[in-house]
Amino acid sequence: MSNFWSLWIIVITVGSLIGLLWLLLANRKIDSTKADQKTGHEYDGIEEYDNPLPAWWMNMFLLSIVFAAIYLIAYPGLGNFKGLLGWTQEKQWQAEVTKADAQFLAMYNSFPELTVAGLAGEEQAVKMGKRLFANNCAICHGSDAGGSKGYPNLTNGVWLYGGSPEQIYTSINDGRRGAMPPWGESLGEENVKLVSNYVRDLGANQAQADANTQGKTIYATYCAACHGGSGEGNIYLGAPNLADDVWLYGGSDAEIFESISLGRSGEMPAHKDLLSPEKVNLLAAYVYSLSK
Amino acid sequence: MKHEVVEKNIGLMIILIIVAISFGFLVEIVPLFFLKTTTEPIKGLKPLPALALEGRDIYIREGCNVCHSQMIRPFRSETERYGHYSVAGEHIYEHPFLWGSKRTGPDLARVGQRYSDEWHRAHLTNPRDVVPESNMPGFPWLNENVLTGELTGQKMKSLRRVGVPYTDDDINNAKAAVEGKTEMDAMVAYLQQLGTLIQTKR
Repeated sequence: MSNFWSLWIIVITVGSLIGLLWLLLANRKIDSTKADQKTGHEYDGIEEYDNPLPAWWMNMFLLSIVFAAIYLIAYPGLGNFKGLLGWTQEKQWQAEVTKADAQFLAMYNSFPELTVAGLAGEEQAVKMGKRLFANNCAICHGSDAGGSKGYPNLTNGVWLYGGSPEQIYTSINDGRRGAMPPWGESLGEENVKLVSNYVRDLGANQAQADANTQGKTIYATYCAACHGGSGEGNIYLGAPNLADDVWLYGGSDAEIFESISLGRSGEMPAHKDLLSPEKVNLLAAYVYSLSK
Repeated sequence: MKHEVVEKNIGLMIILIIVAISFGFLVEIVPLFFLKTTTEPIKGLKPLPALALEGRDIYIREGCNVCHSQMIRPFRSETERYGHYSVAGEHIYEHPFLWGSKRTGPDLARVGQRYSDEWHRAHLTNPRDVVPESNMPGFPWLNENVLTGELTGQKMKSLRRVGVPYTDDDINNAKAAVEGKTEMDAMVAYLQQLGTLIQTKR
């Protein structure tokens, strides 16, 4: 703040405090020569007393001016003057954060084994992970981690990118980006329908799938590279298992058709820039504990 | 001065009242127009691109700012949940700013890049598809309404008049950048850039 504005603030603030004090003291006495202590005007026989201000009111006003003076000396209020306490919003916030971080780290470091699998065995660590989950993950994966269309269920033991502690940690820390290309244009509606039916029947109705030879051929040509020869999926590409009955984007004919025809691009945002490694560890431990 | 004088001269009373109540304004507001921390943009701050600018207007039209604030206060409880507290320099180019004062939904000051585009689309169409507990209304018509971009350049011109540094190129290309996009595209573009310039780990 430039000196001009600093001075501006100081002069007006101190000036108005002094002005208020003057106003109060200069007006506190009433004219004692008036015997009846009335204001002198009369309307329809109604008169008004001109009594002194009540003592409690006067004292409150004086106290508030004293308070203001003390406040302005202790806290920043007068332009560039920082106040004797050196208080700022940022410092107060920083103190809160430092205190909470110290508490958190002390608790975190008290766990015997600081690995995802080790933490998953600690009741307290799982509770901490659960709270972090509610804050950071529940908005997509659901407060019960049950997922929704397009957002994987984390409780059923089915993993797009692998369910080992390390794989879960990587998924949270670095994020994941699924890329199912759209096949509608290149294959044509008829072929997409054939392969949709094949995928629908995979695992669930294997005989019918095998009977769909056209669909099977298309699958082997275009889909098997990522989803595997028998639809078992591939955790290195995040290609879902198509032979089980878990469907990330829905298992109805229309939904499978849409997935193949328009493609899907699921995205798990990376959290390494948002959360400290300790917190990612706790989250991974919680997620790992869900399906154990 | 006797208070009788003030009470019997209404014109004088008006003037004195204005003087009395202007002190707060003079001390607390006027200097802010001349301070660096409140008048200079933070490093890297750019005016909103055309599509995001349209998204911002849709955000206002749909009343999002009634339930969602865009200001993270410097308390740990807020910075833990939303990220780094908001600073004045982030909002220099906003006319009007959308800080808000009520949070029926969460603060959105740093929602940019927290969720995927797909999530925003699903959530804005029907929030309960992704957050079953949500009481936010759905905005399915955003998917259908298509932007023409007729007024985007004009909006940029108006904003430039109040100090937002749009270039002539920005204004000339605005229509092309917006035309044919849905309101949903604009909204997602707006949301995904919110507060992304300041990142902290927590």
